[in-house]
Amino acid sequence: MTRSAQWLYGWLLLLPAMALLALFTHYPAVATLWHSFFSTPKGARPAVFVGLDNYRNLVEDPVFWQAFSNNLWFAAGTIPASIALALLMAVWVNGRIRGRGLLRLAYFTPTILPMIAVANIWLFFYTPEYGLLEQVTRSFGFGTHNWLGSQSTALACLMVVTVWKEAGFFMIFYLAALQSMSPHLAEAAAIEGASRWHFFRRVTFPLLMPTTLFVLVNAVINAFRLVDHVVVMTRGGPDNATSLLLYYIYEIGFRFWDSAYAAALTMVLLAILGLVALAQFAFLEKRTHYQ
Amino acid sequence: MSNGTQVYASRGATHALETAGAWVLGLLWMLPLVYAFWTAFHPAEFSTRFDLLAPLTLENFRRAWDAAPFARYFVNTVMLVTMVLAAQLVLVTLAAYAFARFEFPGRNLLFALVLVQLMVMPDVLIVENYRTMSALGLRDTILAIGLPYMASAFGIFLLRQTFKTVPRELDDAARVEGCGPVQVLWKVYVPLARPVYLAYALVSVSFHWNNFLWPLIVSNSVETRPLTVGLQVFSATDQGIDWSIITAATLLTTAPLLIAFLLFQKQFVQSFMRAGLK
Amino acid sequence: MNLDRSIRVIVALAAAALALAVPAARAQQAVEVPFYYPVAVGGPITKIIDQYAADFEKENPGVKVRPIYSGSYQESITKALTAVKSGEPPVTSILLSTDMFTLIDEDAIIPFDELVKTPEDQAWLKGFYPAFMENSQTGGKTWGIPFQRSTVVLYWNKEMFKEAGLDPNRPPGSWKEQLEYAQKLTRRDASGKVTQWGVQIPSSGFPYWLFQGLAIQNGVNLMNAAGTETYYDRPEVIEALQYWVDLARTHKVHPEGIVEWGTTPKDFFEKKMAMMWTTTGNLTNVKNNAKFDFGVAMLPAGKQRGSPTGGGNFYLFKKSTPAQRDAAFKFIKWITQPARAAQWGIDTGYVAISQAAFDTPAMKQYAAGFPPALVARDQLPYAKAELSTHDNQRVTKALNDGLQAALTGTKTSEQAMKDAQREADRLLRPFRK
Repeated sequence: MTRSAQWLYGWLLLLPAMALLALFTHYPAVATLWHSFFSTPKGARPAVFVGLDNYRNLVEDPVFWQAFSNNLWFAAGTIPASIALALLMAVWVNGRIRGRGLLRLAYFTPTILPMIAVANIWLFFYTPEYGLLEQVTRSFGFGTHNWLGSQSTALACLMVVTVWKEAGFFMIFYLAALQSMSPHLAEAAAIEGASRWHFFRRVTFPLLMPTTLFVLVNAVINAFRLVDHVVVMTRGGPDNATSLLLYYIYEIGFRFWDSAYAAALTMVLLAILGLVALAQFAFLEKRTHYQ
Repeated sequence: MSNGTQVYASRGATHALETAGAWVLGLLWMLPLVYAFWTAFHPAEFSTRFDLLAPLTLENFRRAWDAAPFARYFVNTVMLVTMVLAAQLVLVTLAAYAFARFEFPGRNLLFALVLVQLMVMPDVLIVENYRTMSALGLRDTILAIGLPYMASAFGIFLLRQTFKTVPRELDDAARVEGCGPVQVLWKVYVPLARPVYLAYALVSVSFHWNNFLWPLIVSNSVETRPLTVGLQVFSATDQGIDWSIITAATLLTTAPLLIAFLLFQKQFVQSFMRAGLK
Repeated sequence: MNLDRSIRVIVALAAAALALAVPAARAQQAVEVPFYYPVAVGGPITKIIDQYAADFEKENPGVKVRPIYSGSYQESITKALTAVKSGEPPVTSILLSTDMFTLIDEDAIIPFDELVKTPEDQAWLKGFYPAFMENSQTGGKTWGIPFQRSTVVLYWNKEMFKEAGLDPNRPPGSWKEQLEYAQKLTRRDASGKVTQWGVQIPSSGFPYWLFQGLAIQNGVNLMNAAGTETYYDRPEVIEALQYWVDLARTHKVHPEGIVEWGTTPKDFFEKKMAMMWTTTGNLTNVKNNAKFDFGVAMLPAGKQRGSPTGGGNFYLFKKSTPAQRDAAFKFIKWITQPARAAQWGIDTGYVAISQAAFDTPAMKQYAAGFPPALVARDQLPYAKAELSTHDNQRVTKALNDGLQAALTGTKTSEQAMKDAQREADRLLRPFRK
């Protein structure tokens, strides 16, 4: 095929997808930046250039800082936990445990349910006095606790729901990786007298690195993208204790209709995601050099 | 399936302990769902009391079904998911083929731009995308819910990897027989990638069936709302929450996916596994 | 033979097309009145509203009323405004009376005054209780027509009162009595854990509404009539908040932390507390589900009796044709007729919005058999306007956050209210020019 034909075909084949991507990913990202420098148009008043005003408001907004730190805690709480659990589950389901088919089913089911549905069920779970969790803790002798209504526990409760939903999803990827490992590795290690833990630490885990990286990136994106449970369970309360960045953006943009401030907030979120992307890229570069 | 499990399988007490641990975790994991089933199938008085002899009832489902137009929501969701998947399959195939088999200037840059969407999903850009939708005059349509997702970076990435593994000889052979590039795509690449297509389809369907925030913002009327939004609107009222009805409604909305999953477990799991391996 | 068959097919198709076209043509002539409505209380509201629409259409062929269920009050205002901004607004909607300023600022609604022309219409407009009109009128114009209005009331479990040695027919009449009764009604088990709370005031979602009761009872309302100022940090307001906080943290007769609005009635049915504050709109729900003798009372007095009004009004949207406006206006008048208003009140527990409604035989009979139905109405002379300002959602959120902070103990009442006032001032400044 001639070079120019290649170019033509390449571009034409790519055009539809690229056009949509540009329209709904690249253009909005740039437009958000642009709109964050203007005020919100209201009724008859058009938008006015206000420079860094929106960002000034952002820095002075205690609710923003709360949402930001909540999101960081949320990420710190859910990411390691779900990955560790996923790995554990994968190892168990991969081993010779009886009934592992059922176990795999049990671990994976939360993943295919919509978060909205899951959140409703867990809301019931957490109800003080007669929710299921309360009934369990009371049978152990603990007093009643307002799980979702106390600032100390509300965010943690949401984290539990997230880990419950995500761990099974990540388990699958680990399972795939574990099953594609060559059996000779284990045989060779056994011959050399390596213990089970030693084998895991020195052989299995490093080989799982690509999967861990993949799962890690997914987990980070989800920590900032999934706010369905906040909408259902706490609506950001009590007193913004469970407000996450994207949820706050949703509130500002679609309940208070302050689109300019929402744009500034979105820029912060984009910056965080950008950092993650850079980190992933840099890490990958490092690894490929070692290969 | 052998991969060293026999070599390093736990034995004896450790094995028993591990089995017990795995099972406890499994039970804990199923608990919320079991709880939902319990509440949905029993009358309201038993929603918090676990009397094993309590009467079963379908009343909650009937009341949930009557209380909101779930039938319409089902239709909307099926239309949405089908529309998105169809568009994705076409767009993603064309784009992946271009990336995998054609040399053209700017290819690497464009691929990097595609990868951006893996990080920056349309969900994050709700404010701007909403503005775009109104400019296009598409607010409150099912098309608007699906449009931002139709060019799926994940799909392009997946298929590009797959197409790259197709041996060039097959390509050349078809070319020799006089096929144009698109025919080669259709006759050679697509059939070989069928398992990947299936995997991708399952991932896409479950993602869009369960998507919530963007559909919440874009849809306004009953004719557009998918199940997730319908469920939320239904259970978010300020009225006294009746858990039996809400869990019944919740099960109703998740039933199709759940049943499909139970029937096609193996395929589901294999698909996700395959998607991850790439 | 073929021609014969073809002709028959063509005729059949034409007939089918005609059959479809005629109703379509008729539908095109019909005036469409879509309207959003929320469901904020228990009961088969959707069925009742659909029935109203059907009944109205029967009496008024040529008008098609299209009720669209839109979730909670907060979601309904969001959806209505979204629809306005997308150029496909409803013609009318039932939205919170407090959304009035927001809707005016978004240039979404028109006042009813231009449609109220005949003497009958004027008499109809004057028939609504003045307490409900406070949130419906501003700048000398009427922007909303009351429909599903409520006040906060106190429900109490008579059996628990008896067990505690209190007169089951005497609800607490003052803050002091409320506290005393609650102390007698709070029960603990052997290990000191509470099995039954004395009183429960919900604080999730929109605590400002219930809090307003306490503020009014302590002598001050939370904002001015023009919706440009708030008084969150007045000493009386801080005092009122402190009373609430003390119930939970000092006297321990009220659950700690944030109490969920949605599950409070169920808590009442499950006998988790003896007294609850919630909307009169839950009356029918409580009547149907409480398996014990219960009473309904006006809220206890602080320096005076008081409660905010609550609930939704009908609004008329700007982007509608004159034919649609007339049809909508007719529907609104129709649905607020005394007999219908009375039936709506009976079916739901909302307060019937006019004296005339209470005077109907149906309502008189209902009230005779079920006196609690009159409590909310009797409280109306003490009821004041619900919190409503420009940029209402945000200014209210500032108060909600502050209340939740104080109730969970992260801020003192004073600090919480001062912070809330500061935020409200910042938001309302542009509207004070």
